[in-house]
Amino acid sequence: MAHHNYIAKPDHGAELSVLAYLVTAGAVLLLMMTFGLLMRLEQAQLINMGPMWFYQLMTLHGAGMVGIAGMAGAAIMWHFLRQYVDLSTPVFVANLALFLVGVGMILGSVLLGNFHGAWTFLYPMPAKSMGMWSQGAAAMFMGGLLVIGVGFLLMHLDVARAIIARYGNFSRALGWPQLFGHDDGEAPAPTVVASAMVTIVNVIGLVAGASILTMMLVNLYVPGFAIDALLAKGLIYFFGHVFINATIYMAVIAVYEILPRYTQRPWKANKVFLASWTASTLMVLFIFPHHLLMDFAFPTWMLVMGHIIGYMNTFPILIVTGYGALMVVFRSGIRWDMASKLLFISLFGWAAGAMPAFIDGTITVNYVMHNTQWVPGHFHIYLLLGMVAMVFGFMYYLGKAHQADEDTLLDRIAFWGFTSGTLGFTLSFLYAGRESVARRYAVHLPQWIPYDRIGSLFAALVVLSSLLFIARFLLRLGQAGRNHSRAPLAHGSVAV
Amino acid sequence: MLQEIAWLVSLALMILVAIGFTFVAIHSGKRADDYTPMQVRAYRLRSKLFWVLVLVLGPVMVYNLRDLPYSAGHARAAASGAPAMVIEAKGYQWRWELSRNSVGVGQPVEFHVTSADINHGFAIYDAELHLVAQTQAMPGYTNKLNYTFSKKGTYRVLCLEYCGIAHHNMMTEIKVTDL
Repeated sequence: MAHHNYIAKPDHGAELSVLAYLVTAGAVLLLMMTFGLLMRLEQAQLINMGPMWFYQLMTLHGAGMVGIAGMAGAAIMWHFLRQYVDLSTPVFVANLALFLVGVGMILGSVLLGNFHGAWTFLYPMPAKSMGMWSQGAAAMFMGGLLVIGVGFLLMHLDVARAIIARYGNFSRALGWPQLFGHDDGEAPAPTVVASAMVTIVNVIGLVAGASILTMMLVNLYVPGFAIDALLAKGLIYFFGHVFINATIYMAVIAVYEILPRYTQRPWKANKVFLASWTASTLMVLFIFPHHLLMDFAFPTWMLVMGHIIGYMNTFPILIVTGYGALMVVFRSGIRWDMASKLLFISLFGWAAGAMPAFIDGTITVNYVMHNTQWVPGHFHIYLLLGMVAMVFGFMYYLGKAHQADEDTLLDRIAFWGFTSGTLGFTLSFLYAGRESVARRYAVHLPQWIPYDRIGSLFAALVVLSSLLFIARFLLRLGQAGRNHSRAPLAHGSVAV
Repeated sequence: MLQEIAWLVSLALMILVAIGFTFVAIHSGKRADDYTPMQVRAYRLRSKLFWVLVLVLGPVMVYNLRDLPYSAGHARAAASGAPAMVIEAKGYQWRWELSRNSVGVGQPVEFHVTSADINHGFAIYDAELHLVAQTQAMPGYTNKLNYTFSKKGTYRVLCLEYCGIAHHNMMTEIKVTDL
């Protein structure tokens, strides 16, 4: 057994605005998780809420989860990035305010207006509800998404401004002088590289999303303004893919910043790191056709491009970020607490979830698995055990009162509850996908119900564990805002 | 069955990733103070890992591009040489309209799939409820789906693109009989 001396190094507490983001994200996450559990229980025929409620909750669950993933990711990026560049707090707060307005509009549209067109709002469904919701409800939903998108766009433009002010341009922020020239060891920190990448892709993605939302809002009131359904779908999935992926790329900044403090080893932006982030910037922008593999009318070369990039995309995840974490932790004398455990497991979740994901992006596999439960199976692995675990790790990190504080037994049980719950929950989805169970069905065929029941059990475990994580964070809010030494820095070791 | 292969390969790869993380977690306690030589070894291993991935995933990626469902010749290899029978398939909220509901075993079929209103997913399930072929049904577009039914029985067409409150009820049947 090894013992270490630890040196205390004061660390920035979270700004009030960051805490407001995290509290909002935590509260909405719990609510949306509960909606998810209710949907699984309905499919398992253990409760009976009816298709209308199911599809309304499904619409809220999808939109809400994408939204809070964005908020939580933004909180992590903003918290760390402001230690390198000069960010505007009012703009950051404006994004939160617009988010809350947008959430209010979406809740009103769904709960009062009965809108249930799914977060994907595929054209022309919002305008063709068969009398199930009004034009106003559809406009309220899409308007809510638009307001949220505008908030994020503002925030990213401010990040872009701050990065350019500090580094001159984006190529320097991405470390291109070091990547394509001599690596003088002066490349920007991983946090800056990741933030630059996210800003580039999200500004483009959000503009595409806002464009199609605006076009569809016009179409809602001027039906003569017809939109090509395939173009609309392409724009929606381009925006959706970029935005949800960007949440992981923002959240992973917590891993880059916190794990090195726990291991006292640097996470350097070397050539391989820089190459992988530049490659990811391009791949995130061009991979989206893998959502349209069953749209045979889409240009075949673009579908093949989606298939190929799907395979290439596993490389940065597996051999740069995942492998990088393993290098930093291996024989490091890391102190395992809730924060370091959650951040470590989050990279496992990201890397493991990428496996069934790239397999789904294989055209011949997609032909028999598209829109089955295989899809929520893989994205819940890298979002829940990946992205959300990064957020929980960050919350524990901020809320740590003293560096040597032990975690309670309850927290440690919740960690394993969350990990095993997510694995059981997602594997039940994947297995159901293997059995061709359709996704987004309020009522399941009798043959499918056993998977729903197993999935419900594990989903309940995830919700309970997450409830404890978030409650613990709320109890430690006061600590989260203070500057003090959070992660102990191992400084030499003495074997005893 | 492709689904079985996808499941087993995914499981195997996820287990491999889990083994890597578990190994490192187990060997994380005792600190090796000199990080540099370890980094050199780790970078060397990473280069090997990179090439292993290229050599394994590359051929798999290319192999899976050889018989895409987009071509007119897809799924006709087992056919008796008979010309494809065309079936018009149109999705409505919330029902399917097929120009015919019975097909002979081994008869190549070309479904012309479209939608009268919003997006639907035209998915063919066999008698054991396994998904065997699909394409999207989109207003303004006709997707041609080629499929040859190899077994007798009652197949089902399910909607696999969310289309509203009765999405889960949007089903019809195709009877596959002897030619």
